[in-house]
Parts: sequence; C-alpha cells; structure tokens
Amino acid sequence: MKIRPVILIPFLWLALFFLVPLTIVVRLAFSESAQARPPYRPAFAWAEGWPVWLEKAKSLSLGNFEAMLEETLYIDALLSSAGLAATGTALVLLIAYPLAYAIARAPRDRRVLLLTLVVVPFWTSFLIRIYAWIALLKPEGLINYALKSFGLIDAPLPLFGNHLAIVIGIAYSYLPFMVLPLYATLEKLDWSLEEAARDLGATRLRAFWRVTFPQTLRGLIVGILLVFVPALGEFIIPDLLGGSDTLMIGKVMWSEFFGNRDWPMAAALAMLLLCLLAIPLVILRMLEDRRETA
Amino acid sequence: MRMSRFNIVSLVFGIAFLYLPILIVMIYSFNASKLVTVWGGFSTQWYRGLLANKPLMDAAFVSLRVALASALGATIIGTMAALALRRHRRFVGRGLFAFMLFVPLVLPEIMTGLSLLLLFVALDWDRGFWTITLAHMAFTTSFVAFIVDARLADLDPSYEEAARDLGASPLSAFMRVTLPMILPAIAAGCLLAFTLSLDDLVIASFTSGPGATTLPMRLYGQMRLGVTPEINAASTVLIVSVTLIVIVVAWLTRRHRQA
Repeated sequence: MKIRPVILIPFLWLALFFLVPLTIVVRLAFSESAQARPPYRPAFAWAEGWPVWLEKAKSLSLGNFEAMLEETLYIDALLSSAGLAATGTALVLLIAYPLAYAIARAPRDRRVLLLTLVVVPFWTSFLIRIYAWIALLKPEGLINYALKSFGLIDAPLPLFGNHLAIVIGIAYSYLPFMVLPLYATLEKLDWSLEEAARDLGATRLRAFWRVTFPQTLRGLIVGILLVFVPALGEFIIPDLLGGSDTLMIGKVMWSEFFGNRDWPMAAALAMLLLCLLAIPLVILRMLEDRRETA
Repeated sequence: MRMSRFNIVSLVFGIAFLYLPILIVMIYSFNASKLVTVWGGFSTQWYRGLLANKPLMDAAFVSLRVALASALGATIIGTMAALALRRHRRFVGRGLFAFMLFVPLVLPEIMTGLSLLLLFVALDWDRGFWTITLAHMAFTTSFVAFIVDARLADLDPSYEEAARDLGASPLSAFMRVTLPMILPAIAAGCLLAFTLSLDDLVIASFTSGPGATTLPMRLYGQMRLGVTPEINAASTVLIVSVTLIVIVVAWLTRRHRQA
C-alpha cells in the first residue's frame, strides 16, 4: 500500500501530541514523587523495554491511588466537583430550555440572528466572562450595591467566594452548549402535534410536557453532557469565583502540580478524572450509534 | 407567527443574562474612578495606562505571535487530518486516528496542559514560546479538523471526479476544484484556532517557561488581586477584537452559503 502523506503527517502529529503525552500521564501516575527536577522517579524508563516493564508492573507504585482513597481531600474534591457540575448543569438547563424554545418559535427570519446573539459571547474570552462576574457578585459588588440602594437588604448577601458563585459561573460560561443542541432538536419539531394536543383539550403546559418535551430528550441529553463534562474538570471558575476552600478536582490538580509540586499525584488525579469523563462520553457515543442505526 | 409573552420574557432574560456582565465590564473601563460601584465620570485614562503597561503589552505581543503561529500550523494539520478521514475510508489505524483527532475536543484543558508539559519534560525541551505554540497547535488542530470535516461531509465528490475525468491530475483537481470550495471552512477553522489560542490560560500556564508570559496569564495574575479598571480596559480591547473576528467569520461563511 502506498503511504500517503495526507494521512501520515497528521497521524504522526496526533501520536506525538496526544497519544504519547497520555501514556506519560499514565506512567507518571504510578510513579513516586521525588525531590528532584523533574520532581518524580519514573516507574518505567523508556530504555528498559517491555520485559523489564512487565516485571515492574507487578510491583507498581500504587501509592498515589492508595493515598487518594485514604486522604478524604481527593474523594471530597471529586464528589463536590460532580455536585457543583450537576447543579450548574441544572441551572443552565433552566435558562437554556426556555431560551432555545423561544428562538425556535420566533419568526423564521429572526432565528439566525437570535442564535448568533447567543453564540457570540461564547467567543469572547472565557477568562473575561468569569472575571465579569467578580465585579457583580463581590460583597461590595454591583448586585449587592443595587440591592442595598433600593433598601432591599441591610448587609451584603454572600454571593461571592462560595458554591453559589461557582454554579452561576458554570451556568454563564456553558449556556450556549445547551442552547445549541436543544435548538437543533426543537427546530425540527412538527408543531402541529402540539396544536393537535391543544385542540383535543390539553392545557398549554400539559401539551408541552406530554407532546413537545419528550421529543427533545435527545438534544437535552447531548446538551447536558456538553455542559457537565467540561464543568467537571473546570479550573478557572472555582479559582476565581469560589472561595479558597472550594474543592474542585481541577483546582486540586492545579495546586498539587504548581503548589505542592507533586506531579505523580496530579497525574493520578488526571487519570481518575479521565475515567470519570469516559462514562458520559461512552453514553453519548452509544446514543449517536443508536441514531445512526435508527 | 406571534410570539407568546412567555417566549419573549425567556428571550429577553436569556440574552440579558449573557450580555449584561460583559457590558458592565466594558462600561466600567471608561470609569474615571478606581472603585467598582462608584461612577466617577467618563475617562479614557485606563486605555492610555494600558499602552504604558510594558509587561501587559509584552504579554499581548507574545499571545499574538503564539496565536498566529499555532493557528497556521493547526490549520494545515487539521485540514490534512479532515481530508485523510473523509477521503480514505479504510486505512490501518483509522479508528485510532479519529479517536485521537476528536477526543481533545472534550478533554478538560487541565489534562491537555498537564500531559503536554510532561511530554516536553520527557523530551527535555526548554519551555517557552515554542512549547506554548506547539501545545496550542496540538489542541486547536482538532477544532480545525472538526469544522473542515463538517464542510467536506456536505461536499459532492462528483465535482472533483468530473475534473479528474476531464484530465486534471489529482493535485490539480484538488487545488482548483475542492480547495476553493472548502476554503471558507478552512478560514473559519483558522480563525477559531486563533481565538482559542488567544484565550487560553490553562494550557499556556502548564507549557510556558520563564520569559514567555501570555496575555491571559498576565491578566489572570492581576484578576486574582481583584477588579481594576485597567483589566476592564484590557478586557474591552480583547472583547472588541474577538467580536470583529467573529463577524468576519460569519460574513465568510454566509457569503459562501449564498454563493
């Protein structure tokens, strides 16, 4: 077979910059940290070759993973990441569904404009979008200032440096990821079905819930995954909006790496995160396969 | 079709939620007062301050060079990858190829950053401008490939076949028939890669070394200390430039659709 450069060049590129780094992460996760540069003692040296690796595999350093189980910090971080990502996703859904629905029901010539309006902020810097919320949520920030000047509150509400701020940050950053797949399914719907339900005496809400909503489940699931997966590994949001004591796995990884210089621990956490992320991705893949065969 | 009141409320609320925070940052960049909540009158002093802030301007320059270099590289490799995937239905490792190409789209940045840093350490490369550029190329290649692949999927292969039948060489048929048709997608992919690189904090933090600080890294360092009008001004400049790029992309793809 002829070797085609159009295949070979990207293949080698992807192998070097995706596969090899990932292998190194796995290798490092089983290594011990050391006071050196780089700060770890590798479990496998490249030069040793397979036979030695197999021998070593039997006496692998599972220390990082054992520490992960013993130290409640990591488990807590994982659970709280999942909880925050899930709450954030729920809030995204609450805002995104009515929005996507309204865009789908807007006059045809307005829809592209409205959709563009939703997507444009997604292009502006992620960092800046999170930063914008600092000015709003801080105790001396604009929301508290406005509430105070209207006489609605006496003391500033605790909006910043806690879980609430993180959830708002997630909802704000990932809104388009939910709106787009929802809109894609809503746009294709046959609205006469909902009208038929109305004609047959269903209330507006009931017609929506029993007829329209079930037809949008696929877009809903895709949207949930597109928001939940990146939110789970989020670093910038908890770091800038959450308090110093917020536990999210991305932030713990960052501080293990830059703060404690425990690279093997950071790698082990990365592997754990990857395994967790694989679950929703496999679900998405299965859904896609089902759609293709259907 | 008339819209119900509920739909209008949802639209207004959703759009306001998306735009108000950014607008406030932009408005307060013109605030003469240093305080977040107090409006001290209109002033452009913070923009003048930006120009005088040498570390910030240096970082902006590094970011621009990284974004330019990595977007060009990612565009070439990403386009090749999309072509490989669409044109060649069977080759050894095609499944692995597709997997390696599209998984980075959903990989958390922190994982990409960590794994690429470990690669550079293992290769014993000095970290700095080039490692950030390579790292950005590595993650934006997938986005370019994704966009070009979508365009190739809609493309009717019979055009290129017709060119071949009329005696064009494979290269000439590609260059003169297919390439002009997928060019808007390639340009859109390139601009997306550019903005993603310009915006990235996490991967750059992992893969940079002394002497190479990007704009998001510099801004992040300042943001941790609190809200200042100067960051607002820098943010406004970034928002406006990225919005302009997006308008160009939208215009490119739209013109293409009408053609």
